[in-house]
Amino acid sequence: MSSKEKILKEIRKNNLAKDMGLPAYINFGIKFENPYKTFCEMIQSVGGDAICIKEESLYDTIKKLYPNENNIASNLEELKEKFLDTNLENDPHNLNTVDLAIVKGEFAVAENGAVWVSNKSNRHRALYFIAQNIILVVKKEDIVNNMHEAYEKIDFDDLTYGVFVSGPSKTADIEQSLVIGAHGPKSGYVIFLE
Amino acid sequence: MSIHNHPKKAKEFVSNDERMHWHDKALWFVREKRDKASKSIPEWEKLREYAQQIKTHTMANLDKYLLEFEENATKRGIKVHFAKDAKEHNEIVYNILKEHQVKKVVKSKSMLTEECHLNPFLEKKGIEVVDTDLGERIVQFRKEPPSHIVLPAIHLKKEDVAKTFHKELGTDENNSDPTYLTRAAREHLRGKFLEADAGITGVNFAIANTGGVVVCTNEGNADMGSSLPKLHIACMGIEKIIPRLQDLSIFTRLLARSATGQPITTYTSHYHGAIENGEMHIVIVDNNRANFLSSNKYKKALNCIRCGACMNTCPVYRRSGGHSYDYVIPGPIGSSLATFRDPKLHKTLSFACSLCGSCSNVCPVKIDLDSQLYNHRQDLYEKNIISTKKRVVMKLSVWVLNSPILFSILGKITRKIVPLIPKKIIYNRFNIWGKQRDIPNMPTKSFKELYKEGSIDVK
Ligand code: SF4
Repeated sequence: MSSKEKILKEIRKNNLAKDMGLPAYINFGIKFENPYKTFCEMIQSVGGDAICIKEESLYDTIKKLYPNENNIASNLEELKEKFLDTNLENDPHNLNTVDLAIVKGEFAVAENGAVWVSNKSNRHRALYFIAQNIILVVKKEDIVNNMHEAYEKIDFDDLTYGVFVSGPSKTADIEQSLVIGAHGPKSGYVIFLE
Repeated sequence: MSIHNHPKKAKEFVSNDERMHWHDKALWFVREKRDKASKSIPEWEKLREYAQQIKTHTMANLDKYLLEFEENATKRGIKVHFAKDAKEHNEIVYNILKEHQVKKVVKSKSMLTEECHLNPFLEKKGIEVVDTDLGERIVQFRKEPPSHIVLPAIHLKKEDVAKTFHKELGTDENNSDPTYLTRAAREHLRGKFLEADAGITGVNFAIANTGGVVVCTNEGNADMGSSLPKLHIACMGIEKIIPRLQDLSIFTRLLARSATGQPITTYTSHYHGAIENGEMHIVIVDNNRANFLSSNKYKKALNCIRCGACMNTCPVYRRSGGHSYDYVIPGPIGSSLATFRDPKLHKTLSFACSLCGSCSNVCPVKIDLDSQLYNHRQDLYEKNIISTKKRVVMKLSVWVLNSPILFSILGKITRKIVPLIPKKIIYNRFNIWGKQRDIPNMPTKSFKELYKEGSIDVK
């Protein structure tokens, strides 16, 4: 008997767990009067920040936020010409020198300040983590209230990877002192486009 | 193996009074953050109910969901393996690594690989394994096990870390600034991520209807480790399955809030396939888990999502430290899991509990932790596993507590006599309880007497 069969047999043998149906989450979960405002408060509470700008001023805003970063990479269609297009890179290890990554966020979640990014338009998932700083660009109309609404928007039919990112990477493993920038980005902005 | 002894180990921890209070405070601080976070969600209790419902439903159909998961993951090109026990788990992992001629592995938080003792197994075979969660790296340097499942180095002070890093990474011995130390670890681990041939991660949730797994971290170490090397191996216990993608909404809302009071972990990563030209494997391990399903008393222990809230709130854990439990998972849930698995070896753990019930109250999946520990004591008694001293005390208490008259007479006598006895006699060597504590001052009257007199204000 294979281990798989042994395990299944062991589970079936004497399973006393009683079945009960699965919940449905129709119209369930906290909602906010102003999801954008809540999102901004949440992301500030986890060490990040959010701003809202007109689409035309994206480039200038980035330059203003990070005047000293030289090696800037992006997978955004509209910034392709101006910055390094990481989708042309073959080996993710080479992204190690990226100072700032500007990536497309598909939508944001108000209740926890998270932004959903996936490999739909990004070839290397390492980009989200290896860059020293990160900016996630999201359309302002794409904010949902809570995680139930969030998962309704996600499907994995054509994806191999997706991640909710909430602020820059952090740790509190030394005496519970919060340190921003563990292995991943040391700062993180969410830029909403109006 | 010698029998583990919680009171003895706890004594070592408690003997450093200052550190014990510091540890207690640090965890209480986390517990308070959890309270604040849970209160910010009006539907919190409903979430807990749903979580319990999903888990119970999944366990009742675990065989079907495991098969569904395997089928969907395989369709995605993920290679799925099943391991009956720790030994087989380690061998499967090693064989995959060998096939790819892996010399260096970066690993992210996985209590399962801890449980299976994967690191020493691989190291013996000449493979370098680096734990990449900062807390785990610290304890790995110190050759200690983690003392908490979410905060692995919570028992250490920053000066301890400074000493360790000075020795291992050459940092300034006298600089114990957490930012300075974290930056040093960042540089060191970045090197390890870049040169690794494979990444091993744990799994927080495995989704049956999509065939992918979810890993939650704040540091981003799981992602660094699995998005650079071509090979990713994810190891999970059979109980990590959830039925549908949408059920994740419940657990991602509960997990981080219960664990550290954050609204969500910084990264909630959904792996549904390998990186470009890479390979992804998932090893599903039983190692005595299915057994829980055959016990009405303990089956709920499998529902645990490893948030650590029960540890942070437990008055015994906070004052005795994770290492005193001598088991991979400490605290209330660890005590129940360990005692069910090997009652003889862990016979002292279910007594490391004040039955205050705080653990069950904070548990996001509503595990009946305090009842489980209470039940374990009785099972141990019935199986004749506990020490004679404890047996006699238990028998005596049953006798006294069963007779109201005897109880009140003994109470009266105790209140009169104890204040008269010299301290030397009270704190004799048989009074283990009194070793680090004082007996409270005796009241002149019992509650019952006060109540009868009407001295107690009942509103
Ligand atoms: S038993 Fe409950 S509170 Fe304890 S770690 Fe598991 S899920 Fe969290």
